[in-house]
Amino acid sequence: MITLLLILIPLFSSLLILSVPARFAKIFAFAASFISFAVTLAVFISFPVSADYQYLIDYNWIPSLGIHFKVGIDGISILMVLLTTFLTPLIILSARNEDNHTPVFYALILFMEMALTGVFVSLDGFLFYIFWELALIPIYFICLLWGGVNRVNITIKFFIYTLTGSLFMLVALIILYLHTPNHTFDINDLYHAGRSLDSRMQGILFLFFILAFGIKMPIFPLHTWQPDTYTTAPAQGSMLLSGIMLKMGIYGAIRWLLPMLPEAVHEYSVYVMWFAIAGVVYASVIAITRSDMKRLIAYSSIAHVGLIAAGIFAFNIQGLQGGIVQMLSHGVNVCGLFFVADIIQNRTKTREIPLLGGIRSKAPMLATAFLIIMLGAVALPLTDGFVGEFLLINGVFHFSPYMAALGGLTIILGAVYMFRAYQRTALGETSQATDHFTDLTLTEKAVLIPLVIMVLFIGIFPQVFLNISEPAVVKLLSGY
Amino acid sequence: MTQFAPLIPLCPLIGFLILGLLNKRLPKKAAGILASVTVLVSFIFSLNIFLSISGKSVVVPFLDWFSAGNLSVSFSFMLDPLSSLFLLIITGVGFLIHIYSIGYMHDDENSNIFFAYLNLFIFFMLLLVMGSSYLLMFVGWEGVGLCSYLLIGFWFKNNAYNNAAKKAFIVNRIGDLGFLLGMILIFMTFGSTNYTAVFSQAQQGYYPETSFTGNSVVTIITLLLFIGAIGKSAQIPLYTWLPDAMAGPTPVSALIHAATMVTAGIYMIARSSILYSLAPITMFVVALTGVVTALFAASIALAQNDIKKVLAYSTVSQLGYMFLGLGVGAFSSSVFHVLTHAFFKALLFLGAGSVIHGLSGEQDIRNMGGLRKKMPVTAITFLLASLAIAGIPPFAGFFSKDEILSAAYNYNKFFWLLGLIGSSMTAFYMFRLYFLVFHGEYRGKPDLHAHESPKVMTIPLIILAVLSTIGGFIGIPESLGGKSLIAGFLNPVFAYAQHNLLEMPSGSISELMLMAITVVVVIASIVYARNKYVVHKDLPVAEGLKMARIPTIIYHKYYVDEIYDILITKPLDRISEFLERVFDLKIIDGMVGAAGKLIQWVGGKLRLLQTGNVDFYLFAMVIGIVLMLFFKMR
Repeated sequence: MITLLLILIPLFSSLLILSVPARFAKIFAFAASFISFAVTLAVFISFPVSADYQYLIDYNWIPSLGIHFKVGIDGISILMVLLTTFLTPLIILSARNEDNHTPVFYALILFMEMALTGVFVSLDGFLFYIFWELALIPIYFICLLWGGVNRVNITIKFFIYTLTGSLFMLVALIILYLHTPNHTFDINDLYHAGRSLDSRMQGILFLFFILAFGIKMPIFPLHTWQPDTYTTAPAQGSMLLSGIMLKMGIYGAIRWLLPMLPEAVHEYSVYVMWFAIAGVVYASVIAITRSDMKRLIAYSSIAHVGLIAAGIFAFNIQGLQGGIVQMLSHGVNVCGLFFVADIIQNRTKTREIPLLGGIRSKAPMLATAFLIIMLGAVALPLTDGFVGEFLLINGVFHFSPYMAALGGLTIILGAVYMFRAYQRTALGETSQATDHFTDLTLTEKAVLIPLVIMVLFIGIFPQVFLNISEPAVVKLLSGY
Repeated sequence: MTQFAPLIPLCPLIGFLILGLLNKRLPKKAAGILASVTVLVSFIFSLNIFLSISGKSVVVPFLDWFSAGNLSVSFSFMLDPLSSLFLLIITGVGFLIHIYSIGYMHDDENSNIFFAYLNLFIFFMLLLVMGSSYLLMFVGWEGVGLCSYLLIGFWFKNNAYNNAAKKAFIVNRIGDLGFLLGMILIFMTFGSTNYTAVFSQAQQGYYPETSFTGNSVVTIITLLLFIGAIGKSAQIPLYTWLPDAMAGPTPVSALIHAATMVTAGIYMIARSSILYSLAPITMFVVALTGVVTALFAASIALAQNDIKKVLAYSTVSQLGYMFLGLGVGAFSSSVFHVLTHAFFKALLFLGAGSVIHGLSGEQDIRNMGGLRKKMPVTAITFLLASLAIAGIPPFAGFFSKDEILSAAYNYNKFFWLLGLIGSSMTAFYMFRLYFLVFHGEYRGKPDLHAHESPKVMTIPLIILAVLSTIGGFIGIPESLGGKSLIAGFLNPVFAYAQHNLLEMPSGSISELMLMAITVVVVIASIVYARNKYVVHKDLPVAEGLKMARIPTIIYHKYYVDEIYDILITKPLDRISEFLERVFDLKIIDGMVGAAGKLIQWVGGKLRLLQTGNVDFYLFAMVIGIVLMLFFKMR
C-alpha cells in the first residue's frame, strides 16, 4: 500500500490544489510534498537490508494485454524516491512569491512528482513507459509557460528530442513483450525474454534503449537540447530537470537495460562508456568559459552525469554503487547551484558572471552556502561528491585505466570552472550589479540549509545510503 | 595513551566548528585564544604519544566511513614513529604560529574566520599524517588543499590574491589526480588501501589482483603517487603555485606553505618507503626531480626582491633537497630535514612577517635596510635561522642537509655536486636577504617608523630560534661522535626499505671530508654576499631599469608562468570557446536540426497523400488489404 500511497499523495494533491485559493497554493503544495517526504523517510529508515522488492503491489490492470499495475521498492528505488520527495518540497519552497505563480504551477510540480515516483517504482514495462511519458508533460508546460527567453522554440525542441528517444524505448519494450511466452510486460518476464534473444537482436534493443536513456541523461552527443532547456527553464524547472528527471535515464539504464540484455551490455557498454567519458571532458572544457551561470551549471551537469553513466556501464559493484550515491549527490548539488543562480538573478537581474563579484562581502551566508555546495560539486572529500566520484572512477578503472584517467580529468577541470565561477561571482570587489546585494531571506535559508546539510551528510555518512542499495546491486550484478 | 589518538585531530575540528558557527559573536581575543588552546591540547597528546611510541606501530580504529564490495574504508589512525614525529611538528609549530597570529591578525576585521580556517587546516593536516590508509591520507591531502585555498585568498576582495588561491587549488588538483589513480591501482593490486595490508603484501612480493608482471605495477603506483607529491610539495613542473601562494597572510605562509602542508609529499613517500624501495626507477626519478628543483628554485631566489618570494623559492628548493634525500634512499635524513626546515623556515617567515608588520605592509627588500637596530629580536632570530638554512655548524640545518648530501654522494656524485652548488646559492640568497633587510641604511619611506613587533609575536620567534639552533643535535652523526638519535627513532619504519635498497658503496672521500667541503663553500658564499651588499653596498636594480640578459631571465623566473599561460591556460580557453560555438552549436546541433528538417521534408511530401479525395483513400485501403493478405498467405 505504501508504494501506492507514494504515487497517490502527489497525484491527489495536484488535483486538489486547483480548488485551493491561489494564495494558499504554495503552502498546500509544500505540505503535500512534505507528507510524501515524511512517508518516504519512514520507509527508508525501516527499509530492510534485502535485495527483494518491498511493498509489492501487483494488480492485473489490462488482462487482455498482460499489463499489470505492478509496483514495488527495492534498495535502488527507495533512494531514487527519497531523492525525489526530498527535493520536491524544497523546489516548491524555492518558488518566489513575487512571481505570483498560479495554483497550476504547483499542480504541475506535484503531478511531476507523482510521475517520477512512478518511474522509480514501476515493475511493469508498460506502466514504466506510461509514467516515463507522464513526467514529460508537466515539465513541458512549466518550461513553456514560465520559461525565459526563446522558451517556445527551446521547449518544443526539448519535447521532440526526448519524445523521439522514448518512442525507441516503446518499440523496444513491445519487441520484448512479443518475445515473452505468455505476452506480459512483467519485469521478470521481460528480463527472461531479453536474455533469450540472440546477440544481434539484443544489440538492436540496446541501441533503442540507450537512445531513450541517453537523451534523458543526457550523454554526449545526445545532449544539445540540455543547455538551452536548463538555461531557459524557470529555476524550479531547471531543478526538477537536473535534480530528479535526468536520474530517470540513469535509473532506467540500471533497471531496464543492464539486467535485460546481458550479451549486448557485455559487447557494447564500452562504446557507451567512451562516449560518456568523452562527454565528461568535452562538457567540462566548455563549462570553463561559460559566462551565463545557468549554462555553466548545465554543462557541468553533463560532465557529472557522463561519469555516472560510465560508472554504471562498467557494471561492477564500485561503479554501480558509486553511480547510485552520486545520483543523490548530483541531485543535491545541482539543485543547490541552480538555486544560488536564481537568488543571484533575483537580486541583480543578471546571471552573467563577468558582471558580478563581491557577493561574499554583501551576503556572507549565501557565499558560504555556495562555497560548500561547490565543494560538493568538485568532489572534495567529506562532501557528497567525493564518495560517488571515487567509487565511479574506481569502477571505471577496473574496466579500463585509461578511461579512468581521462574521466578523472573532471577533478581538475571541475575545479577550474567551479572556482572560476565562484571567484568571479562571490569574491573580489562588488560590481554595479552587486552593490546592493542582500543576504538570504528566511525562505531561501529554508531551501539552502537542508541542501548544505545533505552535502555534508552524504559526504560523511555515505554508508547510510550505500547499505540500502548494496543488496539490490549485488543481485543485479549476479544476474539472478 | 593511544586510545586518545582520535582526540588529536578532533580538538582543532571542534575549535573550527565553534569559531565557524559563532564567528563574530565571539570576541576577537577569545577566538585567537580558543584556536590556540585546541592546538595546544593536541600538542600535549601528541607529545605523550611521541614519548611513548618507542618503535611500535599501532592502529587505532575510530569510525567506519564507507564500503562497496571488497573496498571498505574506515577512519582509523596509525601511530608509529613517523606519524608521531609529524604530529609533533604540526601541533608544535602550529601552536606557535597560532599564538603569533593573535598579534599579526590583531587589526583584521575577519580574524575570527582566519582562526577557524587555521584550526580546520590543523585538523586536515593531522588527518593526513594520522590516517591509517591512503584514502584517509587523501582526505587530509585534499582538505589541506582547501584550507590553503581559503587562506591564500583570505583577503578576498583582492583579485590578485584570489587568482593565487585558485591557482594553488587547481595545480594541486593536477597532482591529486595522480594520487587518486595511484591509490585506486593500489586498491586493485593489494585489495586494500590500508598501510598494514599494502606493505605486508608488498614485502612478500604478493600482488594478488594484478595482471602486471614483477615489480612494474609498483613502479607505476609509485610514479602516480609521486605526481601527487610533486603537486603538493611544489616540485618541477608543478611548483608555480607556491610562490604565488605568498599572497596569503604571512602566518599562513609560515605554517602551510613552509613548515607543514608542503612537506606532505615527503611524508607520503616516506610513508610508502617500502613500495618505493621496490621501484628503483621511481627512486631515480624522485632524486632527479628533487635535485633539479633544488638548484632551479635556488637560482630564482638569487634575484627576487620580495622578501616572501625569496623565502618561497627557498622553500621549493629545500623541498627539492628532501626529495633528493628520499630518492637516494636516505628516508630518515629527509624526515630530519623536514623537522629542521619546519623550525628555521617557519622562523624565517615569521621574521619576515614581523618586518612586514613593522613596516606597515612593505615587502620589497629594496625599501628596507638597517632594521637591525629598530627590530633587534627579529634581526637576531632571522640571522640564526639564516645560519641554520645555510648549513653552518652547529645550527639545525647543517646536520640534516649534510646527511642528505652525503647520501647523494654515495648514490651519484653528479647529484651531490648539483646539491653542493645549490647549497652555495642558498647561503648567498639568504645572506643577501639578511644584509639587505637588516644592515646598511634604511631606504624606505622616510615617514614610516619601523618598530619591533609585540611580545605575542616575538616570543614564538625566540622559541623557534632556539629550536633552529639546537634542533639539529638530535641527529648528530656517528662520524662526529653523535648517536643519530633521529635515525634510530625512525628506524623501525624504514628498516625494510633500507635493507631492501642495495647497500651503497661508501665513497672514496670520507663523510667528514664532504662536510668540510660543504662548509667551506657555504662560508665563501656568505662572505661574498657580505662583500657585495654590506661592503660595496651593491643594491638590486630598481623596477624598470635594464638588467643584463641572464639576471633578467632569472628575475622573471625563467618565464615559466608565461610559458604555461601560452601553452595551457590560453589554449584551454580557446578550445572551450571553439567547442561550444562550433562543435556544439553548429556541428552536433546542426545534425540534430538537419534530422528535424529531414523529417519535416518527408512529412511535407507525405502530406500530399492527404488529398481529401475519398476515392483515393479507398483505393489505397484496398491495395493495403491485398498486400496484407498476400504476405499473410505466404
